[in-house]
Amino acid sequence: MKLEGKRAIWSEYQKEIADDRYFYVRSCIRQNFFPGSEVAFLKIMREELNKDIFEHPCHTTCSGIGYHGDVVPVETAMTVVARQFALMTEAGYSNYVPSCITSFGLYTEILETWHHYPEIEEKVREQLFKATGREFVIPGNLAHASDVIYKFRKEIGAKAKYKLINKNTGEPLKVVDHIGCHYSKMFPSKGVGGAEYPYVLAGMVEEWGGKIIDYPERRHCCGFGFRQYLVQANRGFSIACSKEKFESMEPFKPDMIITNCPGCPMFLDRWQYVINEMEGKRYGKNNEGIPVFTYEEVAGLVLGYDPWDLGLQMHQTDCEPVLDKMGIEYDPEEKNNTSTRAGMGKTPGFVNVR
Amino acid sequence: MENYYDLLMQDIRFEEGLKACMNCGVCTAICPAAEFYDYDPRKIVDLVQSADNEEIEKLLKSETIWYCGECMSCKTRCPRGNAPGLVIMALRALSQDLGFFVESEKGRQQLAIKRTVGESILNTGYCVHLDMIHPELHPEQGPNWEWVYENRSELVNRLGGNFKGNGPGILRKIPEEALDELRKIFEVTGGKRRYEKIEYYSKKKALELGLDLDDSTDNEYFRHIYKTNNGSHTK
Repeated sequence: MKLEGKRAIWSEYQKEIADDRYFYVRSCIRQNFFPGSEVAFLKIMREELNKDIFEHPCHTTCSGIGYHGDVVPVETAMTVVARQFALMTEAGYSNYVPSCITSFGLYTEILETWHHYPEIEEKVREQLFKATGREFVIPGNLAHASDVIYKFRKEIGAKAKYKLINKNTGEPLKVVDHIGCHYSKMFPSKGVGGAEYPYVLAGMVEEWGGKIIDYPERRHCCGFGFRQYLVQANRGFSIACSKEKFESMEPFKPDMIITNCPGCPMFLDRWQYVINEMEGKRYGKNNEGIPVFTYEEVAGLVLGYDPWDLGLQMHQTDCEPVLDKMGIEYDPEEKNNTSTRAGMGKTPGFVNVR
Repeated sequence: MENYYDLLMQDIRFEEGLKACMNCGVCTAICPAAEFYDYDPRKIVDLVQSADNEEIEKLLKSETIWYCGECMSCKTRCPRGNAPGLVIMALRALSQDLGFFVESEKGRQQLAIKRTVGESILNTGYCVHLDMIHPELHPEQGPNWEWVYENRSELVNRLGGNFKGNGPGILRKIPEEALDELRKIFEVTGGKRRYEKIEYYSKKKALELGLDLDDSTDNEYFRHIYKTNNGSHTK
């Protein structure tokens, strides 16, 4: 298929993304494995884009991993989510922005269910009130944090200090995107580009100078599979899925992977380490690994944030090959320095990352 | 004998996930679990829509229903708008409600998920917390994770987090009143009951198998269900 044809198809899978005044809910997985990404997201929203984005200290997990691990019943998950909506309502916001794809999928599933079965929504309202005394208004707009970055990709691109371009060759970096199963496989109309023509990350990559690789297993699961990773005895499933993706993308010689979901980058990063340990196999150029990034990390690098302020030192697969190609200056000595810098961590949620 | 089909129909995910399957097998073709395990979602949906009570009971006690990774790739592809993944979620819920989950190796793992993710939700407010991602339980995380884990508080705060601190921010301490609300939600909506059932049937099974099981994650039964793979699950 010609690229122009694909562009035309993508254009049919657009969604409404609010312009300002966001209620932000954090991701359990992203906070644990990619804390620098959430810091960078809020910095971009507040300092680069001058947006109003609010985080309530009393919000909790959405319970999504417990729900898809099948220990949390659907009625319980719905009511936990309803409580999050109540916090949003009480804070005076209506544009709900989760930082997690599992959460985004769960919110989408619940809102669709309530739309078609108003009696279930009514029951959840009663249960929430009985348990907490809280009430809620359904969000006016639901957008994943990456949707918001996608919406403002041009504004971010206009401020770019670095591009996704190999400074030595002038060629665009070849980028593999992975949007995460629960972004749009359940409800394609709720994701930019739907499930078949993923564009939320591709739009960022193209705007910032890179080139997206369309490879056969682009839409395959990273292998989280909830219980398939949570229980040690099942992890063969998880690594087998990632391996299938690596083998499919390898012939296209990608420079990097960009991800949407908080869990996927962890699996695509760690399983490369394990496959190398087990089989001595690496999938990147020059017998290197393929660096894996969150979309916030990529946006931060483009804007010139320090790689170690973004938390790239938490990755197991080294990111330096991409930093070097982009011409990003960094201090190798600082990589493993955990000491708090001046100005860091003093005002949580409002900190500068450099 | 209860009518399992009727019980399944009480789950909204079953009602939404299964209309009339025409057995085309597209779900199986796209399914990551079907590539790895001896697993065929088409057959499961076909069996369930037959409403054969004995066969459904066998399924509820089987390894099969625990192979799905709930990626929902099947939902996108089904030409009839079915979602075998949602059918699986309803089957798993019923298997736990009836205590059938302990009859399979994969089903017994539900106790491990309950005692890790399930307990974490109510104790910390997070599904997963850095404190519980111990390198010994997660060798796949690699040597870099050992450094992250050892320096977790310092590192998270160096990146701008608020590790176990008050107020908003990354890995903040979720206030006790928020945790109390979560616990009350679990009581009111059946979440607590699900946890209790998983514990009750697991303790019965541990006795039957002669494996010690206390309330921790460091006992014979927990280690057995967390680590054992009898090797019969894949093709």
